Amino acid sequence: MYDAPHYTTQETAVTDVKIKAKDVQVYYGENHAIKDVSVEIENNTVTAFIGPSGCGKSTFLRCINRMNDTIDICRVEGDILIDGDDIYDKRVDPVQLRAKVGMVFQKPNPFPKSIYDNVAYGPKIHGMARNKAELDDIVERALRRGAIWDEVKDRLQAPGTGLSGGQQQRLCIARAVATEPEVLLMDEPCSALDPIATAQVEELIDELRQNYAVVIVTHSMQQAARVSQKTAFFHLGYLVEYDDTSKIFTNPEDSRTESYITGRIG
Amino acid sequence: MPLLWLFLIVLAIAATAFVLSRSRVLAMSGQDRRTLHSLPNYYGSNAAMKSAIPALLVLVIWLLAQPFYVNNAVSGMIPDSAIADSSSRGLVLAEVRRAADGLDLAVARGEMSEDEARNLRTDFTDVTTRLENAGAIVTSQITQPILRAAQRFRVMNTIGSQIMAVVVLLIALAGAFWAFRETDPVFRARNTVEQGIRALLIAAASIAILTTLGIVLSLVFNTIEFFRLYPASEFFFGTNWAPSFSGRGGASDLGILPLLWGTFYISIVALIVAVPIGLFAAIYLSEYASPRVRAFAKPMLEVLAGIPTIVYGLFALLTVGPLLVEVFGDDGLGWMQSGTAVMTAGLVMGIMLIPFVSSLSDDIINAVPQSMRDGSYGLGATQSETIRQVVLPAALPGIVGAILLAASRAIGETMIVVLGAGAAARLSLNPFEAMTTVTAKIVSQLTGDSDFASPEALVAFALGMTLFVITLGLNIFALYIVRKYREQYE
Ligand SMILES: Nc1ncnc2c1ncn2[C@@H]1O[C@H](COP(=O)(O)OP(=O)(O)O)[C@@H](O)[C@H]1O
Ligand SMILES: [Mg+2]
Repeated sequence: MYDAPHYTTQETAVTDVKIKAKDVQVYYGENHAIKDVSVEIENNTVTAFIGPSGCGKSTFLRCINRMNDTIDICRVEGDILIDGDDIYDKRVDPVQLRAKVGMVFQKPNPFPKSIYDNVAYGPKIHGMARNKAELDDIVERALRRGAIWDEVKDRLQAPGTGLSGGQQQRLCIARAVATEPEVLLMDEPCSALDPIATAQVEELIDELRQNYAVVIVTHSMQQAARVSQKTAFFHLGYLVEYDDTSKIFTNPEDSRTESYITGRIG
Repeated sequence: MPLLWLFLIVLAIAATAFVLSRSRVLAMSGQDRRTLHSLPNYYGSNAAMKSAIPALLVLVIWLLAQPFYVNNAVSGMIPDSAIADSSSRGLVLAEVRRAADGLDLAVARGEMSEDEARNLRTDFTDVTTRLENAGAIVTSQITQPILRAAQRFRVMNTIGSQIMAVVVLLIALAGAFWAFRETDPVFRARNTVEQGIRALLIAAASIAILTTLGIVLSLVFNTIEFFRLYPASEFFFGTNWAPSFSGRGGASDLGILPLLWGTFYISIVALIVAVPIGLFAAIYLSEYASPRVRAFAKPMLEVLAGIPTIVYGLFALLTVGPLLVEVFGDDGLGWMQSGTAVMTAGLVMGIMLIPFVSSLSDDIINAVPQSMRDGSYGLGATQSETIRQVVLPAALPGIVGAILLAASRAIGETMIVVLGAGAAARLSLNPFEAMTTVTAKIVSQLTGDSDFASPEALVAFALGMTLFVITLGLNIFALYIVRKYREQYE
């Protein structure tokens, strides 16, 4: 037990903090959905958010790319900094921010366009390519990173909605990666997938860690244990415990964390 | 017996049958209701259904058939000599019916006894004056054959109604008795009622479909009749519309092209107005408006859809027309002669179609899943980029369907054209000239006193048939597109 604090300090010293949240509160109208959450999320790390349904994991995740701005009744207080810059500062354009903080959703949601156009969508909007050749390049790179290039390279003009569920989700990851974000947020990305597709996506998440800070919301304890290095446990809007994944799953500090992990709440 | 009474008695029989069957089955089951196959009310409903429905069905059929039968019988009584040169058997029969109504009225007012009404003769009394005194409408001198036919008409109708009442009541009673007899705990009343309800629904659906078929058939026969009198090639390819009116004689030019051109020109102007405004309104309402604005603005827009088209026509005639003349007329740009023009009708029709386009498009845009929008916002797209590049392309097939439906409404619109576009059939490109449409000409060919058997009147059916085929094609195409789009998300 006495070694634990020492171990943690050592970790933070090695890796750098990418996202820093301080005293974040989120309200949906009267509903206080996130309470006093402070957390430091590290670069080149997969951070898992776990917790029972409705505890605010998605809500907090959506604060990080200001997707909550699209919900009228939602109000966010407190500070969230990415690389030391406050993303809720008035000078920050949420639209620009979202190009830097990519997001993958629970249900695969390819646009009703071709596979190529799905991936090219972000780069086109942000003017990332000067000509068709460059765009082709970006699309190919993104599809390779999404680990789906080999499966679709012969049918880039086919509709994205025609792929299987697992392929669609990897297409969506490739689409998010195409805008070259620094942070990748994933909200239960495997919950609509079968075990084989889940394994493929998990493998992909582990690779993506090399270039991004990845934050993943998951309902599966095994998945959190498999893919993440850090785990945050949310309960009723509070961040109960945040630590190395190995520690959370073997030796949690808080009794609520332990109850959840052993299946007694949730 | 008045019809209402007959109807009420049948219902009373059904109600009694309901109560009797229900209590019979309850009595038979004793204390234990679980021995019943169905709930007690189903036994009652079964009895009510079997007594009321066949009886009412016979009632309706009888009411439809009796006039045919009586008319035929009476028609046979009128000798050819009684039909004057200028009139026809149909007109004489109408006179017979009027005389019969007059007799009814006189009896009802007590100015004539029933006996008298049955046995009057024109050679003894001046029937015409007596009926006029009783307040009946009599168009010409009532002759003896007509009076006799009218008397016969009354007698047959009275007897017919009496037989009908007896037959209907007997059927109701028989039905009630039959249902009462078959009521026992093992009888599957629930399933029988289910079948009855099913039959009722099927009947409703078939009435709707048969009516459509009837409409089409009535158009088809008259259209065929028209093409027997007027060459089809001249109708479809003629560029001149100049019907000569009855009595004046002379050949008519009945080319549909100027009318079709007017129809399409006005519809296109209307769509040019309605599609962008309606679509933009729908986008604003579904994507930008706050719930409060939406709750207020959407019903307001839909109120527009409830305004009768004749009111739009008045708006065209009194407001839009004069306004356009002020700008484009002789005092302004000098393009426009009078207020009635393609532009006037097109603009107003466009306004009429705005709520139609917007509420259909609104539904379609709302049907695009939120996850599409989230995906786009998540990639750093702005709201209008999201709408232009994700929402609208996803909704496009449905929107095209909505536009086609709007187009078929524009093509079928009449009142706005009559009041706003004028009556001149013309092939011209100038939108400030008066033109007219197929529907407006159908109205003008059938109103007025032209002979119903002349090509000038029958052409209305050919016009109607053409319009029907065009709008039917548009609607089928629109539905096909909308359905294809639906498959994408479900
Ligand atoms: N769009 C929304 N509007 C109103 N309340 C919401 C909305 N989204 C989430 N909430 C509320 O916020 C709380 C947290 O929800 P959420 O973040 O979705 O939980 P989780 O993802 O952990 O299951 C819940 O009480 C939920 O009802
Ligand atoms: Mg969630």
